[in-house]
Amino acid sequence: MDDKRLVEVTDLKVHFFTDDGVVKAVDGVSFHINKGETLAVVGESGSGKSVTSLAMMRLIPSPPGKIVGGRMLFRGKDGQLRDLAKEDEATMRRIRGNDIAMIFQEPMTSLNPVYTVGDQIAEAIVLHQGKSKKEALEQAAEMLDLVGIPEPKKRLSNYPHQMSGGMRQRVMIAMALSCNPSLLIADEPTTALDVTIQAQILELMKKLQEEIGMSILFITHNLGVVAEMADRVVVMYAGRAVEEADVVPTFKKPLHPYTMGLLNSVPRLDLAATHQQRLEAIPGNVPNPLSLPAGCAFHPRCKFFKPGLCDTEIPALQDAGDGHMVRCVRWAEIQKGEAVSA
Amino acid sequence: MSVAAPDTTTTHLVEVTHLKKWFPIRGGILSRVVANVKAVNDVSFGVKKGEVLGLVGESGSGKTTVGRTILRLIEPTEGSIRFDGQDITHLPKNQLRAYRRRMQIIFQDPFASLNPRMTVGDIIAEPLVIHNLEGSAKARNERVAELLDLVGLNAEHVRRYPHEFSGGQRQRIGIARALAVRPEFIVADEPVSALDVSIQAQVVNLLQDLKEQLGLTILFIAHDLAVVEYISDRVAVMYLGKIMELAPSRDLYLNPRHPYTEALLSAIPTPDPTVKRERIVLQGDIPSPINPPSGCVFRTRCRYAIAECATTVPELKEVAPGHFKACIRDDILN
Repeated sequence: MDDKRLVEVTDLKVHFFTDDGVVKAVDGVSFHINKGETLAVVGESGSGKSVTSLAMMRLIPSPPGKIVGGRMLFRGKDGQLRDLAKEDEATMRRIRGNDIAMIFQEPMTSLNPVYTVGDQIAEAIVLHQGKSKKEALEQAAEMLDLVGIPEPKKRLSNYPHQMSGGMRQRVMIAMALSCNPSLLIADEPTTALDVTIQAQILELMKKLQEEIGMSILFITHNLGVVAEMADRVVVMYAGRAVEEADVVPTFKKPLHPYTMGLLNSVPRLDLAATHQQRLEAIPGNVPNPLSLPAGCAFHPRCKFFKPGLCDTEIPALQDAGDGHMVRCVRWAEIQKGEAVSA
Repeated sequence: MSVAAPDTTTTHLVEVTHLKKWFPIRGGILSRVVANVKAVNDVSFGVKKGEVLGLVGESGSGKTTVGRTILRLIEPTEGSIRFDGQDITHLPKNQLRAYRRRMQIIFQDPFASLNPRMTVGDIIAEPLVIHNLEGSAKARNERVAELLDLVGLNAEHVRRYPHEFSGGQRQRIGIARALAVRPEFIVADEPVSALDVSIQAQVVNLLQDLKEQLGLTILFIAHDLAVVEYISDRVAVMYLGKIMELAPSRDLYLNPRHPYTEALLSAIPTPDPTVKRERIVLQGDIPSPINPPSGCVFRTRCRYAIAECATTVPELKEVAPGHFKACIRDDILN
């Protein structure tokens, strides 16, 4: 693996074996994360973005879930290269919280209500750094200070319910960063928060990334947040990556019809003065994961759908130049304006 | 009554004056009221016939309580609600029903707001039965088919159950149910917040079409300013139970005059990585509505706050034609 890279995921497949059939939640996803960069994974519900992040932590509930294929190379803090898909549980336990940390959408449910926040932050420090409880609590107070919680020493003895949603998310971030991870996985970290609080948390994450230098895998459905946070973007649809590019081309020159559709369907305040009368919605619904459409899973909703071409084979991920990847057989035609929309 | 000063050229279908809703907190052995959650604290506004009034605010701002109080799903503590000229604040239940037919609600959660044991046909027909409309079963069925068609669902879906539909389709069912009794006024409480981005646009477009087609008056409640700006003619911004600013929607975005609106707008991330704006990050959290700050409720997080803000409760006053703000500082954001 390239030295610049921290993570390299190749052809990851996570399937869920349910009574109703096999759900291919993630079906052949590849991406990489460079050191110190933020990769955003965008998608709607059911696209497989959260499952991808859980797979990297090896937290897929099994049964019914299983990583059925692919590689997840990760360079640990000790410099060793590991395939997370194959490591045993003991090794994973050393990696989790230490090399890779995770913050979740719901700071309410991901903190333990019966322990103080000090105890919860200290737990990981004691476990991974072998410090005494007293030292760990001191470090926990420093972490709370770092994430902008006033009077951190006093706050150590607070329980989660004594804090607001924004404060709890700060505690989660403090906990995640307490062991200096090289990768922070943030799964919709601001979705449950009000916009003014979201702005605070995003600013905080950017500031901490500059100071600590960790990479971030940012999972979200909010395109505004992506534009703000990401260096590169992977767009997922129905378990597959359909486009991958640097953040500016993703927004300025999207190649996949789904990405274009998503961008057009968001109401934009900055265009308020000139906006058109109607939003351009993507017709139809997200497909049922138990019976995905044949060929390109997006074809029933795509305005560039061509019978006999799009509904026969799953398109390969192609390089459109400069590392801009797209999974659409008609992307070149569409770019040239030759593809006729249905 | 600076706000509710009626517009002489248009009539208000709904008019709310000095509305208050305090939820008591009881404590002690005698269950005495020890404090009040001041969810809505002196709010006045009108919704003109045929307009969409957006109501935005963060969680705890009281926007949902306003919507439900107007429909008398929650009884107001003080103030009055007028619908089509009639004061309905204290109307007894039997008389209220006639008004209920004329005002309906669409809920946020398309999963929780549909009875899982009823078919789609029964769900949509229920308000017709309750209000004794359309008489025969045959006429009702025809009306249901017509409604399904109106919201873009297939009329063959009548016999299906809610779980067979996706979130966006369920929200369409909720809309069809609300429209069944041919209401004039609809409270749409976060109707698209639970939906995926690509589906959200479909439902926003549907609401816009229905408004045109049926001449509906809508109170559109949401926390997403971009969606609200898109669909609304005018927008009211709430914070801690009070209206901070009320203006025509484009005007509000292009020229916010209240410090809270200014900060709220700047907090919204723009889906364009090449735009780099200077952001006003509000410090701290929204204070508790049990014990809101004295004077202006926003002053504790306001970057323009002066000593006087702690003592004077700002009136909502007109600062430009149709543009109201509740802020004593006339020297800023003009």
